[in-house]
Amino acid sequence: MFAPGFFSSGSVHTALLLGTIVAIVSGLMGVFVLLRNQSFGGHALTDVATTGGAGAAYLSVAPLVGFVTGAVIGAGAIESLSRDHSQRRDVATGIVLGAATGLSGLFLYLTATTSSATGVTQQVLFGSLFSVSSSTVPVAAVTALIVTVTMALVARPLLLSSLSPDLARARGLRTSWLGLLFLLLVAVAVGLCAISIGSLLATALLIGPAATAMRRSRTITGAIVMAMSVGLAATWVGIVLAYDSFTWRATGQGLPVSFFVVATILAFYALSHVPLSRSRRV
Amino acid sequence: MIHAWEVGTIVAIVAGLVGFFVVLRSSAFPAHAIPNGAFAGAAGASLVGASPLVGLGLFAALGALSIAWLGRRTRSDIATALVLIGMLALGAAFLSQSTAYEPQVFALLFGEILGVSSTQLIPIALLGTAASITLLALYRPLLLGSVAPELARAKGVAIRRLDLVFLLIVAAVTTMTVPVVGTLLMFALMIAPPAAARSLTNRPAIALTLSSLIALVVMWGAIASAYQMNWPVGFFVGAYGALSYGLARLWRRATRN
Repeated sequence: MFAPGFFSSGSVHTALLLGTIVAIVSGLMGVFVLLRNQSFGGHALTDVATTGGAGAAYLSVAPLVGFVTGAVIGAGAIESLSRDHSQRRDVATGIVLGAATGLSGLFLYLTATTSSATGVTQQVLFGSLFSVSSSTVPVAAVTALIVTVTMALVARPLLLSSLSPDLARARGLRTSWLGLLFLLLVAVAVGLCAISIGSLLATALLIGPAATAMRRSRTITGAIVMAMSVGLAATWVGIVLAYDSFTWRATGQGLPVSFFVVATILAFYALSHVPLSRSRRV
Repeated sequence: MIHAWEVGTIVAIVAGLVGFFVVLRSSAFPAHAIPNGAFAGAAGASLVGASPLVGLGLFAALGALSIAWLGRRTRSDIATALVLIGMLALGAAFLSQSTAYEPQVFALLFGEILGVSSTQLIPIALLGTAASITLLALYRPLLLGSVAPELARAKGVAIRRLDLVFLLIVAAVTTMTVPVVGTLLMFALMIAPPAAARSLTNRPAIALTLSSLIALVVMWGAIASAYQMNWPVGFFVGAYGALSYGLARLWRRATRN
């Protein structure tokens, strides 16, 4: 099952560590994203993160910094545009998404024409968990910890304002500030996803495991734990398969990690539709 | 260059028409997911040596059908997200196997209008006309189904079938616009001009016309700027689109006070 050199390879260690961190954070945030009906917003942030990543490539800044900065600015823009109630959130998200995508096109173009580095477009959009530098891991770990702790602090008011905004407002909660804080946290989580499986596929880790978990779990805590587990399993399986895939063909041309991660996530989601037998159902 | 103008004009008019309904129906997410995921089709087509237009069309239609199918089983935003990531993952796999040069990948994602050839003109024009005629023929039920779904159902409009037809129209438009503005920016052209038009007027027929006009101005401006500065056309589409929306909002605020 494990191709030779799997356990001794440094880049596999980095990939496993980073993948684990990312899966845990994205599982946690994903459940709340779905509870708040913000899958489009969450996905839009991944595309805005692309802009940041492309900008970072152009300016030769660390990719994680670019992804997170881009997504955070995008979150602020979406939230401030949709605060105007006359216009739907959908449109505000779409406008920010369109403008940001244009900008990432420009950054990628400028990077490709001014530097000799090749493969920037693929690197930013589809990522490569095996080529992440090991120095990213501690930074990612600290970022993930900040997101998790903040979520633990605001989880209860956030849950209330997601499920019953009127009640939350009646209790004196500042729901719009909570909404902004939440979107900023999602932005950071998306930045972390982007570094591991690329910004185009970051949505997969954010939405996929949570969608699977929410079909099966009846409590929020259960859903979060399950989403994290699905994310972890998918990331690990993805890393093993991608590593193995280099030996599948004589040419040594492997398939990307992101492909296997997403395929595993979708397989889990499909499985969650299989009805449990009556004896197992509580 | 002449081809770029011709194709750009067709693309802008049709995107403005379809976009009006996209904004009205709040289906920005599927309208984003279909072109974005169809990118995989183009990548796959280049892998087997087929025309990218065929790959795009196939995957766009497949995406529309899957979103409609899965949308009956789960929440529609989750259905859209799952279909999107599935198609993108395939795209990533296709790309890793192909020997396409980076500029080709880039052109697919962000558009390469100055490279449009005369052979692409006829299929694009045909698809555009078909999509526009279908839209205008369905104008009344679509409008009613978007604004008051219950009333439409009471009047005997088959909402589900209408949703599917609409997604397929989006898929057709995707196929024709992607070679021009790219998968990622096709969406900008479908959202910003109609949103701007809806800020300017409340009357649907005028908003529909205005939407196409604004899209046309954005497109022409983008082509001219791209030609002048030699930057990707997609960037200007995104920027001018957002600008048109911002101006329309300012205009609305100014005329209201």
